Amino acid sequence: MKPQVFAYHDPSSVEEALELLARHGPGAKVLAGGQSLLPLLNLRLARPEVLVDINRIDSLDYLAEESGWLRVGARVRQRWVERDPAVRRAVPLLAEAVRYVGHVQIRNRGTVCGSLAHADPAAELPAVAVAVGARMVARSRAGAREIPAEEFFTGPLSTALSPDELLVEARFPCSPPGWGWAFVEVSNRHGDYALCAVAAGVCVADGRVRDARLAYAGAGPVPVRLPQAETALREGWPLEDALRAACSEARRLLEPEADIHASADFRRHLAGVLTERVVRLAYRRAVDGAGGARA
Amino acid sequence: MATRWLGSPIKRNEDPRLLVGQGLFVDDVQLPGMVHAAVLRSPHAHARILRIDARRASQHPEVLLVLTHADLPPALKEPLPKLIPHPDLKHHKTQYALAPDKVRHVGEPVAFVVATSRAAAEDALELIEVDYDPLPAVVDLEEAAAGRPALVHEDIGTNVAAHSVQRVGDYEAARARAHLVLARRFVVDRGCASPIETRGVVAQWDPKARQLTVWDSTQAPIPIRNGLAALFGLAQKDVRVVAPDVGGGFGPKIMMFYPEEVLVPLAAMRLGRPVKWIEDRREHFLATNHERTQIHDAEIALDQDGRILGVRTVFLHDAGAYIPYGLIVPIVAECTLPGPYRVPNYHAEFRAVFTNKTIVSPYRGAGRPHGVFVMERLLDLAARQLGMDRAEIRRRNFIQPHEFPYDVGLIYQDNAPLIYDSGNYPAALERALEAVEYDRWPEQKARYRAEGRRVGLGFACYVEGSGIGPYEGCRVTVEPSGKVFVATGVGTQGQGHFTSFAQVVADALGVDVQDVHVVTGDTAAFGWGTGTFASRAAVVAGSAVHLAAKAVQQKALQVAATLLEASPEDLELADGYVRVRGAPSRSVSLGEVARAANPLRGVIPAEWEGPGLEATRYFAPPRGTFSHGVHAALVEVDPETATLRFLRYVVVHDCGVVLNPLILDGQIHGGVAQGIGGAFFERLVYDGSGQLLSGSFMDFHIPTAVEIPEIEVHHQETPSPLNPLGAKGAGEGGVIPVPALLAQAIEDALDDLDLEITQMPLHPDALFHLIQAARRRQP
Repeated sequence: MKPQVFAYHDPSSVEEALELLARHGPGAKVLAGGQSLLPLLNLRLARPEVLVDINRIDSLDYLAEESGWLRVGARVRQRWVERDPAVRRAVPLLAEAVRYVGHVQIRNRGTVCGSLAHADPAAELPAVAVAVGARMVARSRAGAREIPAEEFFTGPLSTALSPDELLVEARFPCSPPGWGWAFVEVSNRHGDYALCAVAAGVCVADGRVRDARLAYAGAGPVPVRLPQAETALREGWPLEDALRAACSEARRLLEPEADIHASADFRRHLAGVLTERVVRLAYRRAVDGAGGARA
Repeated sequence: MATRWLGSPIKRNEDPRLLVGQGLFVDDVQLPGMVHAAVLRSPHAHARILRIDARRASQHPEVLLVLTHADLPPALKEPLPKLIPHPDLKHHKTQYALAPDKVRHVGEPVAFVVATSRAAAEDALELIEVDYDPLPAVVDLEEAAAGRPALVHEDIGTNVAAHSVQRVGDYEAARARAHLVLARRFVVDRGCASPIETRGVVAQWDPKARQLTVWDSTQAPIPIRNGLAALFGLAQKDVRVVAPDVGGGFGPKIMMFYPEEVLVPLAAMRLGRPVKWIEDRREHFLATNHERTQIHDAEIALDQDGRILGVRTVFLHDAGAYIPYGLIVPIVAECTLPGPYRVPNYHAEFRAVFTNKTIVSPYRGAGRPHGVFVMERLLDLAARQLGMDRAEIRRRNFIQPHEFPYDVGLIYQDNAPLIYDSGNYPAALERALEAVEYDRWPEQKARYRAEGRRVGLGFACYVEGSGIGPYEGCRVTVEPSGKVFVATGVGTQGQGHFTSFAQVVADALGVDVQDVHVVTGDTAAFGWGTGTFASRAAVVAGSAVHLAAKAVQQKALQVAATLLEASPEDLELADGYVRVRGAPSRSVSLGEVARAANPLRGVIPAEWEGPGLEATRYFAPPRGTFSHGVHAALVEVDPETATLRFLRYVVVHDCGVVLNPLILDGQIHGGVAQGIGGAFFERLVYDGSGQLLSGSFMDFHIPTAVEIPEIEVHHQETPSPLNPLGAKGAGEGGVIPVPALLAQAIEDALDDLDLEITQMPLHPDALFHLIQAARRRQP
């Protein structure tokens, strides 16, 4: 388990990194936390000619709340996001979900943007990005562009990034008042990729669901948002009927893949079960005004 | 002599060294000029090798040596040695160092490359061209037994390596008069040990001294030395095998040989340079032995009071592609099955079957969990049918404390009669039930249910064969410094022998335990022995340590008697001195005694049996000794997500006299964790073409501290009459009953569904489908 020979660069500026990506194109891979890439290299499942290590680019190490958005730079470790009280306040769903990513040791190295760019459909953070409507800031020598999360994930382990682009920042909208958020997951062990996970937000006024967002991990080739289930929650009443309708939409519409850990019908079943659990939790948090912060 | 150290929960002598990174594992061995090996492994489960072209690999600038089967010396072209023959094993097919003309499992070695670095060696592997002609893969065990879809070894005309029957009494007659006959099929699927240190071999050849030194992460360094000497035509004294610190063994690290264990020394001798090979985790999943798949068609016959009249089990055992280790696992399974119960009529019959999968050999439990799963499940299901309490059916069938020695009527893995030496089975069960408040369980369960929680209580009983022969030995030496050196032939893979053996010696010689230095697993330090397996090191080697220490004690008294002009009977050993009882000022240090025992002039009396304060002794038990225990647990089941949480885990454990309760607790904790892993988390999943789909820690889920509950251990001590320490083995009791217990607990938690769990390991998806099927059956 030794990687194939590759060239290694560790630029200290974004411009240098973009220059390298432009020069090497699809033969280059970006190394951030390395928690997914290094095993792939060692197993020779990934054989890049060039590795562009962005760990020396200090300008990508920022976590800032600005004009209603939480801006997460490409070098921000998952552990930072997990522990920062501002994140818990601004994007409580992100703070809750990040705790399901691997273990502390992994989160100490792994980055938020790295997890998003890796785009594992069973991973937690892509589902969060889709649920809250995050935007990905991609830069190349040609300039910068923002990609909505729902357009960013294009398939298992693939994104809308072109080979010369670097994901420099992920922007998460801050939770507006009245919303409650929750993340629930079933995995065989704590820290594994989800057999199924659901990220949810509901906006509650006068006890009724006014708006809802639902995104699923482990339920398709990309993190899946389910507008039909969201509509069911918005339009159904009483809450129990709305929940039943949303769960049945989840079971009906999701087309999860089978693998050795879970059959498609088990994943579909879990999607229904977890939809109910996550919405109840998010609803309670919205009503309590807790947003989504866990003690 | 007062017992001061033995039985005390003292911390381990070896831990400070290991904790600060001063251990010596095989990969820590660094030698000048050392080069690195990698193995080309078969990507096919079953294929003919049509052609191997290694020219491009040989031309790689960093490559020093490429070996294929054609390049091997005659002795290594043959199948590797047959480890443990058995009269019923008609086709004792063993593995090759490198595959000659056919590969029989994914991961089987096909070529071996040595280069200046491991990375370069791996690069060179990709340059070797092999033309394979794939054959149908033999994956399904029942199909394999019927010779379909192919023969793993064509020349024997069958996939059945062995057919073996053992009978006690007359099962058919017992069945004919039974009130209840209950038959089920039980399936226990593959698993593997996953030690934190994978395998590894370093070899160094000194052409002038003609001395071969091999560092090997093996559990059995002495047999490896003997085998290497035979294969390479060297004297045993010219081969030194060192199993330094070994990061977990659990069974699979005892083999003779894994291919790399002969290829690395061969390469070192050919090149005249030290060669290192360290198995990586991906290789480990394919190339280190597995264990487990057995399909049991089992039947129990009982009278109307729930007394066992007889048991029958007819089972298939998946041996994998070769069967070097013989029939140990299925024999242990059939011999463990009767457990702590009187089974007057027993029919055990198995077929060991070749498949195109990794070789099977014992892994912690070694067939015992299979046997216990079958027996405990039969009792649970029978109790349900009889409307009887599951504890009561066990109470009615226990062998009673006055019935020892108890002859089960079978022949065990050591070819000796299966005779339980001692034990107290009813007491262990009552203690476990008391710990989990079994008598109040119905109310407690109802309370959980009222909270919307599904919690089940499960328990299971087992008897653990351990401490088998043939023998182990030990040399104890007191040096003039007063320090004591102990050498024994068994290897150590984390069992704490550096401490428990030191405790035995410290008590005999009256010295501090930290002044006793133990060496294990170095053939240059002690050259006789068989190895660490079958929970035998503490019992067999520990007894040899005891005998050698006692002999040194006697000699110290004799020598000191001369020095102190006293009678040996008036002397005692304490605090590193031999002193006259009641006159402590008349004393001499052990170091001075050691010096006096090795004089430069003068006479050595005949009764000293030679010079020095030293003795070597061997211990050969007449047969195995039998530990036993009961585990009980509370398990919460979420029927909607098909996931589990252990709320409590209690172990009542009887392994005779406890040498060090702290080490014993560690053994049990690790065993339970491994048992839980093997029962619900870890799975080796093969597809129809014989590819392993779960060959990484991404997919093979070892439970972590999050999943493992706190484990409460209760020690019960029924000494063994078969060895001077009264000890019994403790290596496997932690894992053995876990699958049986978990099945019972899940059924209890979901008792309204009328589940029957007859397969292991489970996992969420399997449990989900069991629950769905049970729901569909309900009106």
